[in-house]
Amino acid sequence: MQEVKDARGLLCPEPLLIVKKEMDRLGTGTIKVLVDSAAARDNISRLAKNQKWNIDITQDGEEFLLQLTK
Amino acid sequence: MKQKWTIIIAGAITGLMAILLVKYGNPANMGYCIACFLRDISGGLGLQKVATVQYIRPEIIGMVLGAFGAAVATREFKSLGGSSALTRFLLGFIAMIGMLVFLGCPLRAILRLAGGDLNALWGIAGLIAGVGLGLPFLRKGFSLGRAMPQNKSNGYVFIGMVITVFILLLAKPAYIIFSTEGPASMRAPLALALMAGVIVGVLAQRSRLCLAGGIRDFILFRDSYLLYGFAAILIVALIGNLTMGTFKLGFEGQPIAHSDGPWNFLGMALAGLCAVLLGGCPLRQLISASEGNTDSAVTVLGLIAGAAFAHNFGLAASAKGVPAAGQTAVLIGFAAVFVIAFFVCKANLSVRGVKADAGSQGRERASLS
Repeated sequence: MQEVKDARGLLCPEPLLIVKKEMDRLGTGTIKVLVDSAAARDNISRLAKNQKWNIDITQDGEEFLLQLTK
Repeated sequence: MKQKWTIIIAGAITGLMAILLVKYGNPANMGYCIACFLRDISGGLGLQKVATVQYIRPEIIGMVLGAFGAAVATREFKSLGGSSALTRFLLGFIAMIGMLVFLGCPLRAILRLAGGDLNALWGIAGLIAGVGLGLPFLRKGFSLGRAMPQNKSNGYVFIGMVITVFILLLAKPAYIIFSTEGPASMRAPLALALMAGVIVGVLAQRSRLCLAGGIRDFILFRDSYLLYGFAAILIVALIGNLTMGTFKLGFEGQPIAHSDGPWNFLGMALAGLCAVLLGGCPLRQLISASEGNTDSAVTVLGLIAGAAFAHNFGLAASAKGVPAAGQTAVLIGFAAVFVIAFFVCKANLSVRGVKADAGSQGRERASLS
């Protein structure tokens, strides 16, 4: 079971820092992160593109599950 | 790529509107200034009595309504709150004192530079230093906590307050004060100012424009997305000033500015430090409040209270320079922010130590999938 990082309710840059920390820790692999704002979704997508990770977004009600892979 | 164009266009239109506002009456290099305009509103409502800075600025009302409309239309409006509201109030309060020592918010710093005011370089350098100073705290676990979904009515309270202030602006009852001299007496026609506010409110909501955030993302991730927006504002406003003949290069005699470099630097550094801890500069706070975030709304109230305080107690700078009381206030502000940041980090770390992961407390279902 893959752990999901919970970044709901956090204002940027905290969601970004959580994801960046995981990227640095893992190097490659899968990161799942749950956010509840479009701003965090967009910012993390941008970070993913910047760091050359693939990103897959699924929306569940008002929340977004972001799955990053590399 | 599409995203990049969104922010470049948002910045360019903001720059253009800023030039238009100044042409039709706003003070020089002050097409928009969130700090100055919130200060004017504090005066207009009689919270401070300095005769030159009292007016209910329609730009602010427009920005809030524009961002609110955009957030509702895109289903991004959500009532959130409950993440250290009082601490945010205080950080907003302190940030405002720093900005009134510099005489502008990050947005006006760019507009001042576009008008040739080189004092703005001190301010921008200060802003970068302030953001840089705040980042280690974020890395060491500084967090004001999670905003939780709230009863939907909460998100509309801020909008209701802004509409009330708008009605006061239109009705002009006797207890609302409009300056007849000084910066706040210089104003673009209400309809234009309101419309310019709405446009920038919509654009800022869609593009998440934020200068403190831009510097922060660049330092942290080498991500220059938000900085493109400000580059666009600078270039368009610069071209605008050059064509209108309002470009004046130098340090001395700049409109609504002083040339005390170190204090320009320190004032803005304090604002940058607060902004990075708050998660955004005053513009971003205003937009976020309009999207239903009540913590950001409290931050905006903190900014207004800080402005009222700064003027009632003679802390704000003027063209003559920074008063001794203002200098002292900035130093006290730094000390207060460091104490706050230290204790927030310490509390977060100790909670984490005891409970393994404070972040997921009360939100357990996140780890289910």
